[in-house]
Amino acid sequence: MGGFGINFTTRSPSRNHPSAHFLRGDSSICPVSTATSTLPPKREITTKPRFSDKVFRAVVTTGGFSSLVILGLISLFLLYNGLNVFRTEGLGFITGFDWIVPLPEEGLPAQYGIGAMLYGTVVIGLIALFFAFPISVGAALFLSYYAPDWLKKPMVLVIDVMAAIPSIVFGLWGFFVLMPHAEYWAKLIHKYLGFIPIFDMPANAFTRSPFIAGLVLAIMIIPIITSISREIFAQTPLDRIQAAYALGATKWSMIKSVVFPYGRGGVVGGAMLGLGRAIGETVAVYTVLNIVFDIRIEVLLSAGGSVASMIVNKFGEANPDELKALMASGFVLFLVTLLINFLANFIINRTARE
Amino acid sequence: MSTATIPRPSKPWGVNFKQAIPDVVAAFATLLITYAIVAYTPLKGKLAFVIVLFLVAVIASAAISGIRRDRKAALNSISTVMIYVAGMFVIFPLGSILYEIIRRGIGGLSLGMFSTDMAVTASDAPLSEGGLIHAVVGTFYIVIIASLISVPIGILTALYLTEIKGKAAGTIRFFVQAMSGIPSIVAGLFIYAVWMIALGNQYSAAAGAMALAILMIPTVARTSEEVLKLIPSDLREAGLAMGGTQWRTVAMIVIPAAQSGLITAVILGVARVAGETAPLLLTMGGADALNLNPFAGNSSAIPFYVWKNFLLGTETAIDRAWSGVLVLMIIVLFFFSLTRFLSGRKGRF
Amino acid sequence: MSTIQGANQMSQANPVHSLANVAAAHSASKGDHHIAGTGIEAKNIHAWFGDKHVIDDVSIDFFPGTVTALIGPSGCGKSTFIRILNRMHEFIPTAAMAGEVLLEGKDIYQSGTDVTKIRLGIGMVFQKPNPFPSMTIKENVLSGLKLAQLKVSNQSELLESCLVRAGLWNEVKDRLNEYGGALSGGQQQRLCIARSLAVSPQVLLMDEPCSALDPGSTLRIEETIRELSASMTIIIVTHNMQQAARVSDRTGFFLSDGGPGRLIECSSTSEIFSNPKDKRTEDYVTGRFG
Repeated sequence: MGGFGINFTTRSPSRNHPSAHFLRGDSSICPVSTATSTLPPKREITTKPRFSDKVFRAVVTTGGFSSLVILGLISLFLLYNGLNVFRTEGLGFITGFDWIVPLPEEGLPAQYGIGAMLYGTVVIGLIALFFAFPISVGAALFLSYYAPDWLKKPMVLVIDVMAAIPSIVFGLWGFFVLMPHAEYWAKLIHKYLGFIPIFDMPANAFTRSPFIAGLVLAIMIIPIITSISREIFAQTPLDRIQAAYALGATKWSMIKSVVFPYGRGGVVGGAMLGLGRAIGETVAVYTVLNIVFDIRIEVLLSAGGSVASMIVNKFGEANPDELKALMASGFVLFLVTLLINFLANFIINRTARE
Repeated sequence: MSTATIPRPSKPWGVNFKQAIPDVVAAFATLLITYAIVAYTPLKGKLAFVIVLFLVAVIASAAISGIRRDRKAALNSISTVMIYVAGMFVIFPLGSILYEIIRRGIGGLSLGMFSTDMAVTASDAPLSEGGLIHAVVGTFYIVIIASLISVPIGILTALYLTEIKGKAAGTIRFFVQAMSGIPSIVAGLFIYAVWMIALGNQYSAAAGAMALAILMIPTVARTSEEVLKLIPSDLREAGLAMGGTQWRTVAMIVIPAAQSGLITAVILGVARVAGETAPLLLTMGGADALNLNPFAGNSSAIPFYVWKNFLLGTETAIDRAWSGVLVLMIIVLFFFSLTRFLSGRKGRF
Repeated sequence: MSTIQGANQMSQANPVHSLANVAAAHSASKGDHHIAGTGIEAKNIHAWFGDKHVIDDVSIDFFPGTVTALIGPSGCGKSTFIRILNRMHEFIPTAAMAGEVLLEGKDIYQSGTDVTKIRLGIGMVFQKPNPFPSMTIKENVLSGLKLAQLKVSNQSELLESCLVRAGLWNEVKDRLNEYGGALSGGQQQRLCIARSLAVSPQVLLMDEPCSALDPGSTLRIEETIRELSASMTIIIVTHNMQQAARVSDRTGFFLSDGGPGRLIECSSTSEIFSNPKDKRTEDYVTGRFG
């Protein structure tokens, strides 16, 4: 027995044992690599995939490409159907304000112009953003930096539920609950601040105006912008925040100097996504708006429209010709929404990479 | 053994009673001033109280901080008040919406609602007549058919992006993101143009379902992709290293591991489209009678039912609309809670 | 006293000497074995990731019934090398290779080969234990059969034998229907070994199988490796030189000097640790670097 308890005996493999020669350190079995001056060419690696795998890949690829195909088809059909209208009206389709569908016996050419509706769409969207953006950012800041822990989870739940509410619920609520309140306040403002020219308006001003539509949409898009802003704020690097505090910043100056510069892009992207959603909204706008083809500066007056609500309005009684014009309008709306969404995602992704 | 006693833990940075006194006094003063303003000026009502309170609070806290410390502190106080208000404000609309829905809709709820349709009911008939079974059946049909279309396409798209990662993956991801921004009315317009005008079909639940599928596919695809990306790649490697083909590795290992997430993706998609109205207006026709054939003939769905009653405008019609909204909200909240419940469970661990 | 305990005592005295003794003791304890299966031979293997040359001309013949350890500092291409042996290297989009890998005399990279069949014959155990989360212990062990659609006449017999060979049977025989996630790290890794055994591979590749485990589990897995080597060829990548000395018959030393990884020396384990031919090998095994 070896002095350290190791059994050094006896059982060495017999010389004739097949494994013997390499247990003896015969290194001819594994030649050591020598540096080669010329490298061999890379091999082309081929596999013969099993039939089942070929089927699998084909099926999955088809499914994946379907999305491409569907989107392409949508663009194509709307464009195709609206092409006539684009050809006759040209750019006037987008800038013209008149939508005249003459009776067949009159024999006059129809005129289609969605300029007023586009203007309305943009105005309503901007009003919505005007109200939603500060509130959403404020709420996101509240959740990220001010709210006590026990309040955070329920509040986030509330916001997520709000995001899930269907738009027709907002339409109904906007018409039956928000509008009467707004009317009350319009009366009040008119009564006590009426001497200021801007507020000098008839009492029924608020009813069914782009302003109300904007308000309803604002409430609809607050959850989206708040969620995105919250996520952006959560990514603010902690060491920068603590550096600001260490320099004697108050909470607000910390937010101004660290959180906003860092999260600016992402929050703007979130706002644009909210805007994109607002622009495409149909029923919530339709319930609270009279469709009038005119551009008015006074957004508080009951007149205006958006492209989406116009489509719903005219769709029921449209003759085939007018239908094509509606398709063209849909195409324009589609393009605008696409553009805004891409811009928004681009901005969010670019700032996320920093 | 040490004889020194350990001091008691304390939080010197916490709110000290003495320091808090001026703040409490200030808060009281704010309330008093607000109450005074509301009582003695023409501004009346709950909303007035809230707005005046907000203004007074901003001014008061800014003044106090400004006097006590400096301008920076005043700004901080103003912003704090405003941010608190923003936070509270966000909760308010949901409360109002839920309250109003329940208040206005519960009156019209009855068991009879679920057994009749509106085929023979006049627009101003009392609530005891007529029901929304045609709408419920319609919603049921369109959700099922839309899921049958969009779930395979959505999950296959996600599988393409995570398992096959072909050259088109970037393009497809780009397009899926584009699809998720389609306005719902444009989706309806497309189905109208293709299915009904070009191919000459009539209004049907299936047409509505197809429009909804366009909206559902991006949600299902994106959420599924996120879920599949979370499955660690060495599970796939282990399966392939044992001699499994790619499809068996995916089918027997990856998908079961992701199953609760995939189900969540599907339910999220359903929750998104269950309440959509605009595309249905263009594709379903809005029947009043129960239509059990999802592939032909005018059909209705719950949002459409609400819409029609809203347009009718009579008092009972409006009541019906609210009841319809109540039913719709119950369905949406059910799916929403289901999603939460499923994503809370950590798979089969 | 077991050889391991003795070796540990020795290692406090003199590192190289003790490793050499361990290696000697290991080869001494290897008696007559049945040599099963075939070996695998790597010939002039080169590997690239894009333009980066990561393995330079490595050739090793792994004989059946042996355990070969591949040692060397991190980043020398050891893990890449074993992934070339079972055609897992090609999953990385920028990967390329040159050379041949002969299994039963045939090059596995020949065009037209059925890759999934190759992988059936070459098993792999990964660094981090990865039992399939959606399957029970029983289903995990038999998952290879399902994946490769192999028919076996007596599944429970196979289940038991795999778990016995992996050294896990006694601990799980009463809970075969529980989920794999409930086991400890060492048990999970043994489950993964049992899983690889179920498809009867000729060769078993192990990529640092014990690096995520505690010393107790590590030793049990090393016992398992020694027992398994009777019936298959085992190649184990390890950072732990003591482990290489304990467990392997042959050892290959990889090194990269900033360029591609090369095989510096490869011979019997006792030689490498007691009488290395290359100075770099000696520096590494005596702990002067790495």
